[in-house]
Amino acid sequence: MTIGLEHYLILSAVLFCIGLFGALTKRNAVIILMCIELMLNAVNISLVAFSSYIVPLLLTGQVFAIFVMVVAAAEVAVGLAIVLAIFRGLADIDTNNINLMKW
Amino acid sequence: MGLTVAFWIMAVVIIAAALAVVFLRNVFRAALALVLCFIAVAGIYLTLSADFLAAVQILVYVGAISVLIILAVMMTREVQQGSPHNKLEIPACIVAAVLLGLLIYSVTATPWRIAAESPLSPTTIPLAAKLFSEHGFILPVEIAATLLLAAILGAIVIAREKEK
Repeated sequence: MTIGLEHYLILSAVLFCIGLFGALTKRNAVIILMCIELMLNAVNISLVAFSSYIVPLLLTGQVFAIFVMVVAAAEVAVGLAIVLAIFRGLADIDTNNINLMKW
Repeated sequence: MGLTVAFWIMAVVIIAAALAVVFLRNVFRAALALVLCFIAVAGIYLTLSADFLAAVQILVYVGAISVLIILAVMMTREVQQGSPHNKLEIPACIVAAVLLGLLIYSVTATPWRIAAESPLSPTTIPLAAKLFSEHGFILPVEIAATLLLAAILGAIVIAREKEK
């Protein structure tokens, strides 16, 4: 059985749903950031799979994957800085207890 | 044949590592599972003949982002009581399962137009031509540089100790 585009897309969908489940249910803010990284990686897998199966000579999907990586790096740097700032102020990163701005 | 075996190994490692990230109680072990998942994703890029992206994945994710995450785990260690779930576990499980079903249905039902050509093999030179040429992506590259600069400055300003 040869590997086709559908295999990569289904792998990407499974990885995305695992990341989504974790991001919705975890209470530790660092774990939530890790699950968001999982979801971004799933999107990158599907972009690269589309690039090499649908337009193999254009590489557009790989260029998009590079930009997704840039945004992911920026996001994780700022996100972890915010987590550290919250930890310094509240001594806690449990998202159930961070309700300072909750109405 | 070898590509098929490599794909299945990488897929199993990715799914197992992602499940470990979500379900392990110890936050540090979850971070290590995340690193394993990143490495396996780089292997998936290699099976798709995206060699430059595999190298970038190792450098950026395994080298930089995982170090940042492990640093944050270490800095917030003393109050961590594992990584418990909140009350939304069952609705979130339903949402994720429904989304997975929809995605798998739409992927298998769509008639993809697979191109006949085999993908470019060393991708570094064509990618550079694509990114930096005049009719390519030079403006997004410049904007990405600005975004990275803003993110670095913002992270330093937010994470710095306030001097009394």
